[in-house]
Amino acid sequence: MSGALVFAWSGVLLFGLGLFGFIAHRHLLRRLLAFNIMGSGSFLVLVGLAQDGRGVDPVPHAMVITGIVVAVASTALALVVFRRWYRASGRTDLPEDT
Amino acid sequence: MSLRLVSAALLCVAVTVALAWAVLDRPLPEENLPDRVAAAMPESGVDHPVTAVLLNFRSYDTLLEIAVLLLAVVVALALREAQPDQPEAMGLDNPLLRAVMAWLLPLILIVAGFLLWAGSYQPGGAFQAGSVLAAAGVLLRLAGVTTAWLDNATLMRAGLALGLLTFLGVGLLVMIPGAPFLTYPLEYAGTLILVIELTLTLSIGLTLISLFRLTPPYADDPDEAREQAGKTP
Repeated sequence: MSGALVFAWSGVLLFGLGLFGFIAHRHLLRRLLAFNIMGSGSFLVLVGLAQDGRGVDPVPHAMVITGIVVAVASTALALVVFRRWYRASGRTDLPEDT
Repeated sequence: MSLRLVSAALLCVAVTVALAWAVLDRPLPEENLPDRVAAAMPESGVDHPVTAVLLNFRSYDTLLEIAVLLLAVVVALALREAQPDQPEAMGLDNPLLRAVMAWLLPLILIVAGFLLWAGSYQPGGAFQAGSVLAAAGVLLRLAGVTTAWLDNATLMRAGLALGLLTFLGVGLLVMIPGAPFLTYPLEYAGTLILVIELTLTLSIGLTLISLFRLTPPYADDPDEAREQAGKTP
Protein backbone atom coordinates (compact mmCIF):
# COMPACT_ATOMS: atom_id res chain seq x y z
CA MET A 1 0.00 0.00 0.00
CA SER A 2 1.57 3.27 -1.07
CA GLY A 3 1.67 6.49 0.94
CA ALA A 4 -0.59 8.19 -1.57
CA LEU A 5 -3.25 5.55 -0.98
CA VAL A 6 -3.11 6.06 2.81
CA PHE A 7 -3.81 9.78 2.34
CA ALA A 8 -6.56 9.12 -0.18
CA TRP A 9 -8.29 6.54 2.01
CA SER A 10 -8.07 8.82 5.04
CA GLY A 11 -9.70 11.49 2.89
CA VAL A 12 -12.44 9.08 1.84
CA LEU A 13 -13.04 8.14 5.48
CA LEU A 14 -13.27 11.82 6.48
CA PHE A 15 -15.71 12.40 3.63
CA GLY A 16 -17.90 9.52 4.81
CA LEU A 17 -17.85 10.72 8.43
CA GLY A 18 -18.72 14.24 7.30
CA LEU A 19 -21.54 12.97 5.14
CA PHE A 20 -23.01 11.06 8.08
CA GLY A 21 -22.75 14.12 10.33
CA PHE A 22 -24.35 16.25 7.66
CA ILE A 23 -27.35 13.91 7.40
CA ALA A 24 -27.65 13.01 11.08
CA HIS A 25 -27.53 16.48 12.64
CA ARG A 26 -30.17 19.17 12.38
CA HIS A 27 -28.33 22.03 14.04
CA LEU A 28 -26.97 24.36 11.38
CA LEU A 29 -23.56 24.78 13.03
CA ARG A 30 -23.10 21.02 13.26
CA ARG A 31 -24.07 20.72 9.62
CA LEU A 32 -21.56 23.40 8.68
CA LEU A 33 -18.82 21.57 10.61
CA ALA A 34 -19.78 18.29 8.95
CA PHE A 35 -19.70 19.96 5.56
CA ASN A 36 -16.22 21.30 6.27
CA ILE A 37 -15.05 17.80 7.26
CA MET A 38 -16.38 16.52 3.94
CA GLY A 39 -14.48 19.28 2.19
CA SER A 40 -11.26 18.47 4.04
CA GLY A 41 -11.69 14.84 3.04
CA SER A 42 -11.93 15.69 -0.64
CA PHE A 43 -8.90 18.00 -0.36
CA LEU A 44 -6.94 15.15 1.22
CA VAL A 45 -7.93 12.81 -1.62
CA LEU A 46 -6.78 15.38 -4.21
CA VAL A 47 -3.47 16.11 -2.47
CA GLY A 48 -2.80 12.45 -1.65
CA LEU A 49 -3.42 11.11 -5.15
CA ALA A 50 -1.40 13.95 -6.68
CA GLN A 51 1.86 12.39 -5.44
CA ASP A 52 1.21 9.07 -7.09
CA GLY A 53 2.40 7.76 -10.43
CA ARG A 54 4.65 10.34 -12.08
CA GLY A 55 5.87 12.29 -9.08
CA VAL A 56 4.27 15.24 -7.34
CA ASP A 57 1.68 16.96 -9.51
CA PRO A 58 1.50 20.68 -8.64
CA VAL A 59 -1.82 21.28 -10.43
CA PRO A 60 -4.07 19.55 -7.84
CA HIS A 61 -2.03 21.20 -5.07
CA ALA A 62 -2.79 24.62 -6.53
CA MET A 63 -6.46 23.62 -6.90
CA VAL A 64 -6.60 22.55 -3.25
CA ILE A 65 -5.16 25.78 -1.91
CA THR A 66 -7.69 27.68 -4.00
CA GLY A 67 -10.36 25.38 -2.59
CA ILE A 68 -9.25 25.92 1.01
CA VAL A 69 -9.45 29.69 0.69
CA VAL A 70 -12.90 29.49 -0.90
CA ALA A 71 -14.02 27.04 1.81
CA VAL A 72 -12.89 29.42 4.57
CA ALA A 73 -14.71 32.33 2.95
CA SER A 74 -17.90 30.34 2.38
CA THR A 75 -17.82 29.01 5.97
CA ALA A 76 -17.55 32.55 7.30
CA LEU A 77 -20.37 33.66 5.02
CA ALA A 78 -22.51 30.73 6.18
CA LEU A 79 -21.90 31.76 9.80
CA VAL A 80 -23.04 35.32 9.03
CA VAL A 81 -26.19 33.97 7.33
CA PHE A 82 -26.92 31.49 10.17
CA ARG A 83 -26.59 34.21 12.71
CA ARG A 84 -29.00 36.40 10.79
CA TRP A 85 -31.42 33.46 10.48
CA TYR A 86 -31.24 32.77 14.22
CA ARG A 87 -31.91 36.38 15.07
CA ALA A 88 -34.78 36.56 12.59
CA SER A 89 -36.48 33.25 13.48
CA GLY A 90 -35.05 32.08 16.81
CA ARG A 91 -34.33 28.66 15.30
CA THR A 92 -31.04 26.83 14.99
CA ASP A 93 -32.26 24.52 12.22
CA LEU A 94 -34.12 24.84 8.97
CA PRO A 95 -37.78 23.84 8.72
CA GLU A 96 -38.40 20.32 7.45
CA ASP A 97 -39.53 19.74 3.90
CA THR A 98 -42.63 17.61 4.10
CA MET B 1 -35.61 8.83 14.31
CA SER B 2 -33.32 5.89 14.94
CA LEU B 3 -34.42 4.33 11.64
CA ARG B 4 -33.32 7.54 9.97
CA LEU B 5 -29.94 7.38 11.68
CA VAL B 6 -29.41 3.72 10.82
CA SER B 7 -30.30 4.24 7.16
CA ALA B 8 -28.04 7.32 7.07
CA ALA B 9 -25.18 5.31 8.59
CA LEU B 10 -25.69 2.48 6.08
CA LEU B 11 -25.75 4.97 3.21
CA CYS B 12 -22.57 6.65 4.39
CA VAL B 13 -20.73 3.35 4.83
CA ALA B 14 -21.79 2.36 1.30
CA VAL B 15 -20.60 5.69 -0.12
CA THR B 16 -17.28 5.41 1.76
CA VAL B 17 -16.65 1.87 0.52
CA ALA B 18 -17.55 2.82 -3.04
CA LEU B 19 -15.23 5.84 -2.92
CA ALA B 20 -12.38 3.80 -1.38
CA TRP B 21 -12.76 1.27 -4.17
CA ALA B 22 -12.85 4.02 -6.79
CA VAL B 23 -9.63 5.51 -5.36
CA LEU B 24 -7.92 2.10 -5.39
CA ASP B 25 -8.86 1.30 -8.96
CA ARG B 26 -8.22 4.52 -10.84
CA PRO B 27 -6.76 5.07 -14.30
CA LEU B 28 -3.59 7.11 -14.72
CA PRO B 29 -4.47 10.53 -16.25
CA GLU B 30 -3.77 10.72 -19.97
CA GLU B 31 -2.14 14.11 -19.70
CA ASN B 32 1.24 14.05 -17.94
CA LEU B 33 0.77 17.30 -16.00
CA PRO B 34 3.92 17.16 -13.79
CA ASP B 35 6.11 16.91 -16.90
CA ARG B 36 4.28 19.71 -18.67
CA VAL B 37 4.57 21.98 -15.62
CA ALA B 38 8.28 21.11 -15.25
CA ALA B 39 8.85 21.85 -18.93
CA ALA B 40 7.09 25.22 -18.71
CA MET B 41 8.75 26.32 -15.45
CA PRO B 42 11.45 28.52 -17.12
CA GLU B 43 8.66 30.62 -18.69
CA SER B 44 6.76 31.14 -15.43
CA GLY B 45 8.91 33.77 -13.72
CA VAL B 46 8.94 31.88 -10.39
CA ASP B 47 10.79 28.81 -9.12
CA HIS B 48 8.06 26.94 -7.27
CA PRO B 49 5.69 24.82 -9.37
CA VAL B 50 2.58 25.40 -7.19
CA THR B 51 3.04 29.18 -7.32
CA ALA B 52 3.68 28.94 -11.07
CA VAL B 53 0.42 27.01 -11.54
CA LEU B 54 -1.53 29.35 -9.24
CA LEU B 55 -0.39 32.67 -10.66
CA ASN B 56 0.76 31.95 -14.16
CA PHE B 57 -0.43 28.75 -15.86
CA ARG B 58 -3.87 28.73 -14.28
CA SER B 59 -4.12 32.29 -13.03
CA TYR B 60 -7.69 32.42 -14.32
CA ASP B 61 -8.72 30.10 -11.45
CA THR B 62 -7.00 32.32 -8.92
CA LEU B 63 -8.61 35.42 -10.40
CA LEU B 64 -12.06 33.86 -10.05
CA GLU B 65 -11.20 32.73 -6.53
CA ILE B 66 -10.44 36.30 -5.49
CA ALA B 67 -13.72 37.32 -7.09
CA VAL B 68 -15.49 34.68 -4.96
CA LEU B 69 -13.82 36.02 -1.80
CA LEU B 70 -14.89 39.55 -2.67
CA LEU B 71 -18.42 38.34 -3.38
CA ALA B 72 -18.57 36.58 0.01
CA VAL B 73 -17.53 39.69 1.89
CA VAL B 74 -19.94 41.87 -0.12
CA VAL B 75 -22.84 39.56 0.78
CA ALA B 76 -21.74 39.54 4.41
CA LEU B 77 -21.61 43.35 4.37
CA ALA B 78 -25.09 43.46 2.87
CA LEU B 79 -26.44 41.13 5.59
CA ARG B 80 -24.84 43.14 8.35
CA GLU B 81 -27.35 44.51 10.78
CA ALA B 82 -27.55 48.22 11.35
CA GLN B 83 -26.14 48.30 14.84
CA PRO B 84 -23.18 50.14 16.23
CA ASP B 85 -20.01 48.12 16.09
CA GLN B 86 -18.31 47.92 19.46
CA PRO B 87 -14.80 46.56 19.16
CA GLU B 88 -14.06 46.88 22.87
CA ALA B 89 -17.10 44.74 23.72
CA MET B 90 -15.31 41.78 22.21
CA GLY B 91 -11.97 42.39 23.89
CA LEU B 92 -11.21 39.77 26.47
CA ASP B 93 -10.27 41.54 29.67
CA ASN B 94 -6.90 39.85 29.80
CA PRO B 95 -3.72 41.87 30.46
CA LEU B 96 -1.57 38.86 29.52
CA LEU B 97 -3.08 38.69 26.04
CA ARG B 98 -2.45 42.41 25.53
CA ALA B 99 1.14 42.09 26.70
CA VAL B 100 1.79 39.08 24.47
CA MET B 101 0.22 40.91 21.52
CA ALA B 102 2.98 43.54 21.62
CA TRP B 103 5.53 40.76 21.11
CA LEU B 104 3.49 38.68 18.72
CA LEU B 105 2.34 41.35 16.30
CA PRO B 106 5.76 42.22 14.78
CA LEU B 107 6.55 38.52 14.62
CA ILE B 108 3.29 37.79 12.78
CA LEU B 109 3.96 40.56 10.28
CA ILE B 110 7.49 39.24 9.63
CA VAL B 111 6.13 35.71 9.14
CA ALA B 112 3.52 37.02 6.69
CA GLY B 113 6.18 38.89 4.74
CA PHE B 114 8.45 35.85 4.69
CA LEU B 115 5.66 33.54 3.52
CA LEU B 116 4.80 35.94 0.71
CA TRP B 117 8.43 36.17 -0.43
CA ALA B 118 9.06 32.44 0.01
CA GLY B 119 6.20 31.65 -2.36
CA SER B 120 8.42 32.22 -5.38
CA TYR B 121 10.82 29.39 -4.55
CA GLN B 122 9.24 27.17 -1.86
CA PRO B 123 5.78 26.46 -0.37
CA GLY B 124 4.19 29.74 0.64
CA GLY B 125 2.55 32.62 -1.16
CA ALA B 126 -0.28 35.09 -1.03
CA PHE B 127 -2.90 32.81 0.57
CA GLN B 128 -0.74 31.69 3.44
CA ALA B 129 0.55 35.22 4.05
CA GLY B 130 -2.98 36.62 3.86
CA SER B 131 -4.26 34.08 6.39
CA VAL B 132 -1.42 34.97 8.79
CA LEU B 133 -2.28 38.66 8.40
CA ALA B 134 -5.92 37.85 9.12
CA ALA B 135 -4.88 35.94 12.23
CA ALA B 136 -3.09 39.09 13.41
CA GLY B 137 -6.31 41.07 12.85
CA VAL B 138 -8.40 38.54 14.76
CA LEU B 139 -5.92 38.55 17.66
CA LEU B 140 -5.99 42.35 17.75
CA ARG B 141 -9.75 42.29 17.99
CA LEU B 142 -9.81 39.59 20.66
CA ALA B 143 -7.30 41.59 22.68
CA GLY B 144 -9.69 44.54 22.47
CA VAL B 145 -7.25 46.79 20.65
CA THR B 146 -9.23 49.48 18.85
CA THR B 147 -8.46 49.47 15.18
CA ALA B 148 -9.89 52.77 13.93
CA TRP B 149 -8.32 52.41 10.50
CA LEU B 150 -10.36 49.25 9.96
CA ASP B 151 -13.56 51.18 10.60
CA ASN B 152 -12.89 53.59 7.76
CA ALA B 153 -15.43 52.18 5.30
CA THR B 154 -13.97 53.72 2.14
CA LEU B 155 -10.43 52.60 2.92
CA MET B 156 -11.61 49.13 3.87
CA ARG B 157 -13.61 48.65 0.68
CA ALA B 158 -10.72 49.89 -1.42
CA GLY B 159 -8.46 47.38 0.33
CA LEU B 160 -10.94 44.55 -0.19
CA ALA B 161 -11.21 45.25 -3.92
CA LEU B 162 -7.50 46.02 -4.44
CA GLY B 163 -6.45 42.40 -5.08
CA LEU B 164 -9.08 41.69 -7.71
CA LEU B 165 -8.63 45.07 -9.40
CA THR B 166 -4.84 44.69 -9.60
CA PHE B 167 -5.15 41.15 -10.91
CA LEU B 168 -7.68 42.24 -13.55
CA GLY B 169 -5.61 45.33 -14.37
CA VAL B 170 -2.44 43.30 -14.95
CA GLY B 171 -4.42 40.76 -16.97
CA LEU B 172 -5.79 43.50 -19.20
CA LEU B 173 -2.52 45.43 -19.37
CA VAL B 174 -0.67 42.54 -21.01
CA MET B 175 -3.30 42.56 -23.76
CA ILE B 176 -2.08 45.95 -25.04
CA PRO B 177 1.03 44.49 -26.78
CA GLY B 178 -1.24 41.75 -28.15
CA ALA B 179 -0.78 38.89 -25.69
CA PRO B 180 -3.87 36.95 -24.58
CA PHE B 181 -5.60 37.79 -21.27
CA LEU B 182 -3.37 37.02 -18.24
CA THR B 183 -0.42 35.87 -20.35
CA TYR B 184 2.54 37.67 -18.82
CA PRO B 185 5.55 38.59 -20.97
CA LEU B 186 8.54 36.48 -19.95
CA GLU B 187 10.84 39.29 -18.82
CA TYR B 188 8.25 40.87 -16.49
CA ALA B 189 6.54 37.69 -15.26
CA GLY B 190 8.36 37.54 -11.90
CA THR B 191 7.70 41.21 -11.10
CA LEU B 192 4.06 41.08 -12.17
CA ILE B 193 3.45 37.95 -10.08
CA LEU B 194 5.05 39.60 -7.05
CA VAL B 195 2.88 42.72 -7.48
CA ILE B 196 -0.25 40.58 -7.80
CA GLU B 197 0.73 38.49 -4.78
CA LEU B 198 1.39 41.58 -2.64
CA THR B 199 -2.05 43.05 -3.34
CA LEU B 200 -3.68 39.61 -3.02
CA THR B 201 -2.12 39.15 0.41
CA LEU B 202 -3.52 42.47 1.58
CA SER B 203 -6.98 41.79 0.14
CA ILE B 204 -7.18 38.21 1.44
CA GLY B 205 -6.11 39.35 4.91
CA LEU B 206 -8.65 42.18 4.93
CA THR B 207 -11.40 39.88 3.58
CA LEU B 208 -10.90 37.34 6.36
CA ILE B 209 -10.69 40.07 9.01
CA SER B 210 -13.89 41.68 7.68
CA LEU B 211 -15.75 38.38 7.69
CA PHE B 212 -14.73 37.96 11.33
CA ARG B 213 -15.63 41.52 12.25
CA LEU B 214 -19.01 41.33 10.55
CA THR B 215 -20.32 39.10 13.32
CA PRO B 216 -19.85 41.29 16.37
CA PRO B 217 -21.04 40.08 19.76
CA TYR B 218 -24.66 41.13 19.72
CA ALA B 219 -27.24 40.03 22.17
CA ASP B 220 -27.97 36.62 20.73
CA ASP B 221 -31.41 36.26 22.27
CA PRO B 222 -33.87 36.66 19.38
CA ASP B 223 -36.54 38.35 21.51
CA GLU B 224 -34.06 40.90 22.74
CA ALA B 225 -32.86 41.45 19.21
CA ARG B 226 -36.40 42.15 18.01
CA GLU B 227 -36.90 44.64 20.81
CA GLN B 228 -33.70 46.38 19.85
CA ALA B 229 -34.79 46.51 16.23
CA GLY B 230 -38.14 47.99 17.33
CA LYS B 231 -40.20 45.23 15.74
CA THR B 232 -43.12 43.46 17.31
CA PRO B 233 -42.36 39.79 17.89
